[in-house]
Amino acid sequence: MIKAITAGLIFLFTLAVHQPAFAGPAEDRRAFVAYFESRFPDIPFAEYANGIYAIDQDARNQWIEIEEFPPYEFAVEQGESLWQETFADGKSYSDCFNSSEADVRQNYPRVDGLTGEVITLDMAINLCREEHGQKSFEFGGEEILALSAFIAFESRGNVFDIMVDEDDPQALAAYEEGKRFYYSKRGQLNLSCADCHVASAGQYVRADHLSASLGHPTHFPVYRSKLGSMLSLHQRVAGCIRDVRAKPFDLQSTEYRNLEYFLTYMSNGLEANGPGARK
Amino acid sequence: MASTIKVKTKLSDDVATVKSLMLHPMETGSRKDPDSGAIIPAHHITQLIFTNNGKQVMVANFSTAVSKNPYFSFSFNGAKAGDTLNISWVDNIGEKGELETQLK
Repeated sequence: MIKAITAGLIFLFTLAVHQPAFAGPAEDRRAFVAYFESRFPDIPFAEYANGIYAIDQDARNQWIEIEEFPPYEFAVEQGESLWQETFADGKSYSDCFNSSEADVRQNYPRVDGLTGEVITLDMAINLCREEHGQKSFEFGGEEILALSAFIAFESRGNVFDIMVDEDDPQALAAYEEGKRFYYSKRGQLNLSCADCHVASAGQYVRADHLSASLGHPTHFPVYRSKLGSMLSLHQRVAGCIRDVRAKPFDLQSTEYRNLEYFLTYMSNGLEANGPGARK
Repeated sequence: MASTIKVKTKLSDDVATVKSLMLHPMETGSRKDPDSGAIIPAHHITQLIFTNNGKQVMVANFSTAVSKNPYFSFSFNGAKAGDTLNISWVDNIGEKGELETQLK
């Protein structure tokens, strides 16, 4: 019996040693989550959906006060009336998304089977409009933010389960591109996303705490008090990239969409809880 | 869109706590358009009035120092369930917003 156990252990050990150098998305995600679990052992997994408010108690108290009267409500209302729009050909958004508004947010981003491109929610909204002969919205504009805020609000509580099909080279390539973007140093400050939001998560950056990357995409779009308006995930990423003194990419560029794909996959298992309120 | 005002009220004994949020750009008049350089004209709430059953319970004179989409909270005595709370604002170019609600 002992012999068998020892043999088993040796076998397991050999397996561990001989793991291939390539780690697939599933292994990446386990390692990503395990890192934050060991770094913040007191924070339950579900809390990461709240971003920095999982870590910073003082900011959390302010946020709870704000959530009592959420500043994104106006955007949600505007989004609701936009959602009910009937297009010239009699179709509406619910035809495009093939579901009610309450079952949408957690399905994005996804990889289009034909083009192999990552489709984000904002992009899907515009694709829908174009398909039905409507003028597309400007990315980062008031309408698309309101519409995505409404969709996120209605889809609250649904769990992200983004698929990266390892047999689909296009999906895998998009994932790998997003991952490379995430870990690449950039700008005059020579920082990668991971330098701040993995290695230094929870530490001060000037007067604020750095959020953990786990759960970053779940609560977008957000209302930012300092801007007094809604903000998309890509606008937020652009802000980060400016802060490290690099030139931001265009909203909904391939770079950002791949990054969103990677990040959201990392946050699988968390609830969609957008729109959020952030200072 | 519905009203430009949102309100929540809470009664404990005869003290009503009112929390309100207004949708307003609150332009100060000293900001410039980043593209054209032209000054964005001032556009801000000048007066916000709360009346309870027709009696003024709070008057606030706002100027340019108040944030966009202002949040305003206060409490007052002598309230009872079913009272009609009326909120109205007027801004410097004459636009108005109004909302009526019952205390509960």
